[in-house]
Parts: sequence; C-alpha cells; structure tokens
Amino acid sequence: MPGILIYAEVQKGEIKKGAFEITSKAKQLVGDVGGEVAACIIGKDVEGLASELAKYGADKIFIVDGPEFENYVPEAYVQAFAQVASQFNPSIILTSASAQGKDFTPALAARLQVGSISDCVDLSVSSGKLVAKRPMYAGKAYAMVEAVKEPQIASVRPNSFAIEEIAGAGATEKVAVSLDSSKIKMEVKSLELAASEEPDQTEAEIIVSGGRGMKGPENFKILEDLAHTFGPTATTGASRAAVDAGWRDHSYQVGQTGKTVSPNLYIACGISGAIQHLAGMGTSKVIVAINKDPEAPIFTKADYGVVDDLFKVVPPLTEEVKKIKG
Amino acid sequence: MNTVVCMKQVPDTETLIKINPEGTGIVTEGIKWVMCPYDEYAVEEALQQKEKFKAGKVTIVSLGPDRAIEAIRTGLAMGADTAVHINDAAFYEKADPYATAAALAAAVKDLEYDAIFCGKQAIDDDSGQVPAILGELLGLPVVTLVVKLEVSEDKTKAVATREVEGGHAVVEVSLPAIFSAQKGLNEPRYASLPGIMKAKKKPVDVKTVSDLGVSVEPMTAIKEMSLPPARQAGKILEGEDAVEKAKALAKALHEEAKLI
Ligand SMILES: Cc1cc2nc3c(=O)[nH]c(=O)nc-3n(C[C@H](O)[C@H](O)[C@H](O)COP(=O)(O)OP(=O)(O)OC[C@H]3O[C@@H](n4cnc5c(N)ncnc54)[C@H](O)[C@@H]3O)c2cc1C
Ligand SMILES: Nc1ncnc2c1ncn2[C@@H]1O[C@H](COP(=O)(O)O)[C@@H](O)[C@H]1O
Repeated sequence: MPGILIYAEVQKGEIKKGAFEITSKAKQLVGDVGGEVAACIIGKDVEGLASELAKYGADKIFIVDGPEFENYVPEAYVQAFAQVASQFNPSIILTSASAQGKDFTPALAARLQVGSISDCVDLSVSSGKLVAKRPMYAGKAYAMVEAVKEPQIASVRPNSFAIEEIAGAGATEKVAVSLDSSKIKMEVKSLELAASEEPDQTEAEIIVSGGRGMKGPENFKILEDLAHTFGPTATTGASRAAVDAGWRDHSYQVGQTGKTVSPNLYIACGISGAIQHLAGMGTSKVIVAINKDPEAPIFTKADYGVVDDLFKVVPPLTEEVKKIKG
Repeated sequence: MNTVVCMKQVPDTETLIKINPEGTGIVTEGIKWVMCPYDEYAVEEALQQKEKFKAGKVTIVSLGPDRAIEAIRTGLAMGADTAVHINDAAFYEKADPYATAAALAAAVKDLEYDAIFCGKQAIDDDSGQVPAILGELLGLPVVTLVVKLEVSEDKTKAVATREVEGGHAVVEVSLPAIFSAQKGLNEPRYASLPGIMKAKKKPVDVKTVSDLGVSVEPMTAIKEMSLPPARQAGKILEGEDAVEKAKALAKALHEEAKLI
C-alpha cells in the first residue's frame, strides 16, 4: 500500500498554506515510502485549485466538488475523504492541524478504524514506518509516536515545514462520492467570519503579543500597528491576563489554555512569562521580550530582550521596521 | 436533561515536566493532579443544562488510576450526581486516544443521556481526539470547540456556536450528540463546602476494562519521550533610552535574525 495522501483544506476559496507545507514534506518522504504523493480537495467550485497542489509536488489530485460540500460538516467530509482513501489506499495520510484539521482528522481515522497522531511538529519514515514527533503537556515535552496500522495518519502543526516548489505530475481525477445523508446529523446555520485578512495565530509567521502590561484594550492599537508593519503574515496575540480582563477576545490567547503557536518571530510585550504562557509559544523560532521588569521570567526564554517601558519601545520599533522595509 | 461528562485528571498547569530515565514517560511523583481545565467547562455545562430543565442526572465518566477519584469527587462536589470510574492502571498506562474512547464508549453505553460533554483537549497528552472517536464509536454527531449551547425544549436538537478559524459557526445538531467545550462556554463554579460533604456520599461505580468487555488495543504507541532543548536566555539590547533600544532591536532582527 504505497503512497501518501494529503487532505488539502480549502478556506475562502483558496487552498490553505498548511496544505502546501504537508505536500512539500510528503514529497521528501515519499521516496522512503514508495508510490506517489496524492492530494484530495473537497469543497464547492474547487476544481480550479488543483494545479496549485501540483506545483508543490502532488502527483495526483482527487477532486470532490459539489454544493453539498460548500460548508465544512465533519460527517460529509469524512465520508468523502474515506472513499478517496479507500480508492488510493495510501500508506500514510497527512492533514494540517488547523482548526478544521483537528476536527476532521480524528473522525476520519476512527472511520477508517485506525489511529491518528495529532499536531505533529516533525515527521520521518524509518523502514517504511512513519515516526511522528509531537509536543505534549503544551510543549513541555516531546513524544515520538508510531501508528500500529495503515493507513498511518498524522495531522501536522502549521509552520512546521517549509514550502518547496518541486512540481509533481499533477494528474487530476474528479471523484463522484455517494453521500449517506441519513448519517449527517449536523447542519451549518450561519458563519460569522471576521472580515480581517489577518492570518490565524497558529499560522502567522510573526506574532506581536500583549499582556497585562498593556494596561487597557485601547493600547493594543500599537501592537496592531507593529504587526501591520511586518506585513500580511503577521498578527497579534495576548496573554490570558489580557483576555480575562476582557481586553482581547479569547481567540487571541496564547498558552496552555489558548493557542499553541510556533511563528518565526514572537514579540511578547508586557507579558511576564508564566509557565502556562511559555508552554504555548516556547517553540517559536525567535522570541523577543519587551518588559520593564528585568527579573521577568520571559527573559530566560527570549533571544532578544528589551528592559524598558513598552509604550516607549514599541512605537519607535514600528518606525524602525518601516524604515528597514523601505 | 440527562448528561454524561467525560472527565480526565491531569497534572496541574504549573507542573514542571520531567522524563523518566527510560525515556518512556514522565515522572509522576510529586505532581499535583487536577481536573482538566476544559473538562471543568464540560461539567459546568452539564450542571447548567440540568438546572435549566429542572430535571435529569449528570454522570461523570473517567478513565484513570486510583488517584483519579479525587478529580471525580471534585466533579461530584460541583454538583454531578453519580460517576463511573474506569480504574484500570494497566490499560490506562498504554491507552491512546482510540483505546480511551473505546473504554469510555463501553461505559457510556449503559447510561441514559441526551448529550455527552467533553473538554476540547486533555492538557496532558494534548491529543484533542477522544470526543471525535467517541462519536464514531457511538454513532453520534460531534460538535467540537463549543462556546455556546442552546438545547430545544423537547431535547431533540441543539444549536451550538463553535469556534472556527477566523470566527464562529452556528450549527444545528440532533440529540443525543457529543459536545467538546472550549474556554468561553461558561464560568465553572467552585465546589461549595456542603457540596464537598455531599460528594463523599454520592455513588461511584468502579469498573475495570474487562468488566466493561473492552478488548481494544491502542492504535498508536509512544516510542520515546524527551524534553525540548533548553532555551538559553539571549541578548539584552542596551541603549541610552528606549528609542535607542528599539533601534538596536530592529537592527538585530534585520541583520542577525534576518527576520525583517
Ligand atoms: C489553568 C491555568 C491555565 C492558564 N492558561 C494560560 C494561557 O493559556 N495563557 C496565558 O498567557 N496564561 C495562562 N494562565 C495564566 C498565567 O498563569 C499568568 O497568570 C498569565 O500568563 C499572566 O499574564 P501576563 O504575563 O500578561 O500578566 P502578568 O504576569 O501580570 O505580567 C505583566 C507583565 O507586564 C510587565 N509590564 C507592566 N507594565 C509594563 C510596561 N509599561 N512596559 C513593559 N512591561 C510592563 C510587568 O513587568 C509584568 O512582567 C493560566 C493559568 C492557569 C491557572
Ligand atoms: N481518560 C479519560 N477519561 C475521561 N475522559 C477523557 C479521558 N481522556 C480524554 N477524555 C475526554 O476527552 C477530551 C479530549 O481529550 P484528548 O483527546 O485526550 O485531548 C477530554 O477533555 C475529556 O473530556
């Protein structure tokens, strides 16, 4: 049963970056697994997106397209993907551990009567077997995990792998799936999506985060300005203290009971660095701390630290970044 | 409304994790164990639904070793009526999300319920898989990351608001169904003193996995555990004033880290 099958998630009519990351990784791993890299797209009017997956290494692209797939409903998507999976019969299935991927992947695995390894940050193949590295205890430990049966399924944390342009054969195939609608007991009534084009914290490359030191909701504007200056792959985050104070929505919270993030750059402003906060951002590639207390624990984890009043540091930092970016 | 809450006892979030010398798991001595914070929301939601309908029973189901009884008692002290403790240390030791869900499914089968509440994820393994697998094993729909729930008067359906990327989705689901709780769903109550006293007398049904007739093997196995590489404290950027420090930081991010 060779080959790797990828779930290529579509959001707002576009394939998500995480799908390209796992396609690129699959391309690297497939030599040790044998077979081809295939991808499956599910949605409404998604046929045109197939060529993008070919660009990053997909040899085969299965397309499940229809009005019944306009909104993500786990049962419908699981049925569709399971049919594609039984047709392609891969050794490995990879998904992105996005919000949707986290909902979809365990349900898919259970349907296929296998296990899945969630939120992995690294993958390798050793004598045909997938070995997945995943954080536990909110990043305070790592585990190497293997699956007992095939298909071996893993969801991959966004930003774990670089995207590489290595073209695959890109043969497309439309799959007509037969949905058992009697099993679909859930219906999406409405979607309230923020108009903002900001990436989700879990996918952002740069996060400018604020804590209790921000003093109030109105001051987050300076963090937003800095994030915007970095560009469209940057967004803002918050500590639980800032969220519990009602200054930011919970969706911004980073940490053990918020989002686990691993951006290229995490800038913590007025955040002390409690163990529950560090757990959620400790895998960031570069950490910057701006805090007026030199004893704040965040400095023990930061690559760069500025000991000063954040309200005096952040605005000139934004100006400097603007200058550098030209 | 009758509900079941799947609840796991986990290390307190303050815990510093250490790996055992064999590299197979964590050192469990000296850990303070608590109810998983997301499961607190699940218990609270079950209690609020019972209060709203002014009828029904809340049953806690937990798979865990002897110590898990403490978290079960906490749930009973909050107001849950009864509990099933699947106490099977050997099974628990190896249990992956699939095996856990299979044990929970077997325990839940004999109960009456309109809804099952879980947490979004157990903050020890962080797998976030058990609710979905449980749904598959019981043939029930699963709504994850619920931040708001309204159950219809006749308890045949519910409208749930769930967190999705970049916003929220409102879904309608037929009952019985499984809901996984996200922060924001409610504010969990503390156990009151009378509640703690009453909890001592509430029934806890202790079962082993073989009592439940479960014979599944785990689908995934942890081969090795390790600690993340220790992060070294880096450079403190110096300067005459805050503006100079900001400039030094921007320069370091540009020239050294190459992030701008
Ligand atoms: C079960 C549980 C789960 C939790 N989960 C999370 C979680 O997911 N995420 C999370 O973040 N926390 C979490 N916490 C909370 C955590 O323990 C801390 O309370 C929280 O992270 C503190 O937030 P903070 O750093 O913003 O606030 P504080 O600890 O109060 O720190 C504020 C910092 O701002 C600095 N400061 C103040 N003014 C300025 C200024 N003008 N300029 C520069 N610096 C300034 C201060 O020196 C201080 O270091 C959890 C706690 C529990 C018990
Ligand atoms: N051992 C267990 N006993 C009872 N419930 C559990 C157990 N493990 C997981 N759960 C439930 O499943 C949710 C998600 O757990 P997990 O998939 O392990 O992250 C938890 O918040 C609990 O509601």
